[in-house]
Amino acid sequence: MASTNGKPKLALYWASSCGGCEIAVLAIHEKLLEVAEAFDVVFWPCAMDFKQAEVEAMADGEIDVCLFNGAIRNDHNAHMAHLLRQKSKVLVAFGSCANEGCMPGLANFTDREHILRFIYQESPSTDNPQGVRPQLRTEVPEGTLELPDFWNTVKTLDQVVPVDYYLPGCPPEAKWVAAAVDAIVTNKLPPPGSVIGMDVAVCDECPRKRDVKKITRFYRPYEIVPDPEICLLEQGLFCAGIATRAGCGALCPSVNMGCRGCYGPVEGVEDIGARLISAIGSIIEAKTPEEIDAVLDTLPDPAGYFYRFSLARSFLRRTRMGQQDGRRVAEPIAEVPRLEPELAD
Amino acid sequence: MTEERVGVYVCHCGHNIAGTVDVEAVAQWAQTLPYVAVARDYRFMCSSLGQELIEKDIKELGLTRVVVAACSPHMHEPTFRGVSARAGLNPYLMEMANIREHASWVHRDDMAAATDKAKALVAGAVRRALELKPLEPFKAAIKETTLVVGGGIAGITAALEIANAGYPVVMVEREPSIGGHMAQLDKTFPTLDCSACILTPKMFDVGTHPNITLLTYSEVEQVDGYVGNFTVRVRKKARKINTDVCTGCGDCWSRCPAKVVDEVFEAGLGYRTAVYRPFPQAVPKYPVIDVESCIYFQKGTCRACEKFCPTGAISFDQEDEVIVLSVGNIVLATGYKTFDPRQIPQYGYGRLANVFTSMEFERMVNAAGPTGGKVVLRDGVTTPKSVGIIHCVGSRDHRFNRYCSATCCMAALKFSHLVKERTNAEVYQFYIDMRASFKDYEEFYVRILDEGAHMVRGRVAEVTDAARQPGEEGKLIIQVEDTLIGRQRRIPVDMVILMVGMEPQEDAVEISHLFGIGCSTAGFFTERHPKLDPVATMTDGIFICGACQGPKDIPESVGQGAATAARVLSLIGQKEVEIEPIRAQIDESRCSGCRVCNTMCPYSAIDYIEELGVSRVNPALCKGCGTCVAACPSQVITGQHFTYEAIMAQIEGLLYDVRSGNGHKTVAEPQPVEVA
Ligand SMILES: Cc1cc2nc3c(=O)[nH]c(=O)nc-3n(C[C@H](O)[C@H](O)[C@H](O)COP(=O)(O)OP(=O)(O)OC[C@H]3O[C@@H](n4cnc5c(N)ncnc54)[C@H](O)[C@@H]3O)c2cc1C
Repeated sequence: MASTNGKPKLALYWASSCGGCEIAVLAIHEKLLEVAEAFDVVFWPCAMDFKQAEVEAMADGEIDVCLFNGAIRNDHNAHMAHLLRQKSKVLVAFGSCANEGCMPGLANFTDREHILRFIYQESPSTDNPQGVRPQLRTEVPEGTLELPDFWNTVKTLDQVVPVDYYLPGCPPEAKWVAAAVDAIVTNKLPPPGSVIGMDVAVCDECPRKRDVKKITRFYRPYEIVPDPEICLLEQGLFCAGIATRAGCGALCPSVNMGCRGCYGPVEGVEDIGARLISAIGSIIEAKTPEEIDAVLDTLPDPAGYFYRFSLARSFLRRTRMGQQDGRRVAEPIAEVPRLEPELAD
Repeated sequence: MTEERVGVYVCHCGHNIAGTVDVEAVAQWAQTLPYVAVARDYRFMCSSLGQELIEKDIKELGLTRVVVAACSPHMHEPTFRGVSARAGLNPYLMEMANIREHASWVHRDDMAAATDKAKALVAGAVRRALELKPLEPFKAAIKETTLVVGGGIAGITAALEIANAGYPVVMVEREPSIGGHMAQLDKTFPTLDCSACILTPKMFDVGTHPNITLLTYSEVEQVDGYVGNFTVRVRKKARKINTDVCTGCGDCWSRCPAKVVDEVFEAGLGYRTAVYRPFPQAVPKYPVIDVESCIYFQKGTCRACEKFCPTGAISFDQEDEVIVLSVGNIVLATGYKTFDPRQIPQYGYGRLANVFTSMEFERMVNAAGPTGGKVVLRDGVTTPKSVGIIHCVGSRDHRFNRYCSATCCMAALKFSHLVKERTNAEVYQFYIDMRASFKDYEEFYVRILDEGAHMVRGRVAEVTDAARQPGEEGKLIIQVEDTLIGRQRRIPVDMVILMVGMEPQEDAVEISHLFGIGCSTAGFFTERHPKLDPVATMTDGIFICGACQGPKDIPESVGQGAATAARVLSLIGQKEVEIEPIRAQIDESRCSGCRVCNTMCPYSAIDYIEELGVSRVNPALCKGCGTCVAACPSQVITGQHFTYEAIMAQIEGLLYDVRSGNGHKTVAEPQPVEVA
């Protein structure tokens, strides 16, 4: 391997993310020493002082493994995705944001203009009488300052560059991070494109007793004290575990909290929200459209429940944006930032 | 694996498709799609020449998939599956793109858009066809028993024909007796023979036929299964009469002190008791106790009927019985209801005493009816000297029903004759168009004209009792524009008869859902084909006859009843049916046992295997409806022929020309190609 000390080179990067994935890496505890032992960490801006220029100076494919967390929502995120793709042999989409957009992806329910307007002008805590907004370029005595362009649409890593492995979770559970590290160290990686994890749903790991399901209303967690033995969904607590990839050990349901769905869809499923909608729709006990509406009224923010983590990789991906040159387009071409690749056009 | 070779066949359907879709362009363009080996257009793909064309291509070009872009698969999927099978290609590798109902017919005014849509549909079908897997149809024996729902003249005819051929029939009738509307009629047009005289022998035959099991006062609650093998749950409402010992002597109803208006059989014109038999010739002969009006059930005392019953047949604690039937075919003959004229307040029904409905009049002229056949005003004694008969009440009227009820003109003429015969009153007919189009009907019309009926052509504006001119006092005045003389007229009469239209039964839509057949927005059941398949429905093994399919008279109802019998007998004669091998399958290795699917299955075909923590589909019970496939949150249930891959491929095909805004792997294949 192209390394001075003979160890494979590891890079870790965060794009649009909260930092939880970085903590998850640390949460593998003493295994981290093994990582340090086994790898030569060449880039990890969160933990150590590396510069982008150093990566740019590397040869193509010089990095052996890159764990990339965070969604892609601006030019700089995309630039780093391309850069690290180019420099890495194995690119891993690490955590929910890189896999399916996660919380940042919920921004796809709106668009750039609305976000900027709210954040810089309309939010109750904002005091900005001149309506100043961040500029891509700002001239200051020292020179020109640049900010990356902010996109309309949040994307997953693999919507921007090809990805070799997926490690889901918000954040990925330590044991799966460790498993991934093990696999890399021992060179026992699954076929490229695989998700590192289980292929069944959270129910498989959930200790609760399951019966047939009939929902007459939903409860929010503060409204009831659930029976600790029985399936939460049967008790009217929204639980995405039925459609979510196992691997976490049913952490949330085990402590009386419905699964949020952070591990993404079960193997082979492309749109977890669509599956949840048809599954939940199927078990609602109602006869007339009015009764159905009454049940659904007890589920606030259904789009958020169904697509909490996955809007950016769902079939719909975002709210509608329009037409271009009389042709049907998923998104106006002019809006596509310059750094985005052109895979399908 | 050898390369797939798809043949695409674009049908002109005469002008039906070619008039709106540029079929040649679609075929030329389809030729450029990946894997398409040949694409042709032809005037009528379903014709024998069209079919031979496809067969020849399959054999000579070695096609591995066929796409026929034509009409609805409801229409010709069997045809083209047959073509594939004859040419040695598994029939389930044939896919139809419906470019008629889904494109040409709905975009008549926009050829370019219709052509674009046809291309998208073809692209989707080609992509889907590539994902299809060969399947082998199941064969299942056809149960010989037939269920007939509704015991009017249509249902009676169907039941007798099938039973006479030697096969068992179960007839389910909602009312206490069979007979339907025909039993209420007095005379029947155009021959004026007595309705009861021609109907009751048939009713009697149904009641006594060794091959017919009659379940009256019963309703179907649930229908499962498929052609040849339906399971039907029937609720036999408690008659509160032990029919094993009841002789129908009538001691009970002659002593019953509770009198209520008979809204059903007597059309509100007469009374019945709480324990009653709707009419003397009722089949079966047993009465029922109407719990709602029975004094004992409402107040706790009385039991007069019980005291006087010589055989101890009164059974107050009898309960509803649920009967599960296993039948091969189903005939629906649920008939019609009449239009409620209270919806047209200016005609005064319910407000002006001497305005009657046509059904009330039928009961009035009936010798066994409330007036003993005397034509009298609402006071029960006065004979009218003039009668106005208003046509098209609730029919041919955009506010209610746009259609023609088909029987009222002739029934109105019949009434004209009966009024004359019984009272010699003057009769005025207020009509829009006189419709007398079947055998002997025109002759009947001429006969009534000869009898001196006054014909006034025009839709009546109002019936009023407000006299304005001398001679109008105490009369009902009919205000009408007589369009033949171009003048407004006010015609005073003693009695008005409203020829109320025929409408679908109140519960027709629910019944259509229960049996899984189609119905129009009005609620008349939809036939498979209006000309060529008038008594079949889109659901194999379920047939319709009589007025439930649309307004019609007795001869036509009888004809349809017999036609359904012929269809049923031809199926029974085939002994077995081919059943689509489309089933759901659960990948147990990936099932997490969440049990979402468990309650979904309408056929109870899903079991939960406790030890393994997985759900399992019983293929013998599964009907391939796909409900569980959609519900499975883990997407580990596959619906054969409608696999996830096939559906996604079809969607991708449909979206072939959608450009991706950016780099995600979207629908790249097949690429759109400009056709010059
Ligand atoms: C005023 C008037 C006069 C007429 N005069 C003539 C005439 O002179 N000559 C002529 O040819 N035609 C005449 N007709 C038309 C005639 O009544 C119909 O053509 C005929 O009755 C249709 O028969 P059917 O069996 O289809 O329906 P129906 O007679 O309506 O019988 C339907 C039967 O099904 C039963 N049923 C309904 N729903 C259910 C259910 N869910 N489960 C079980 N059972 C059910 C009903 O109780 C009924 O017994 C007249 C119609 C009217 C309104």
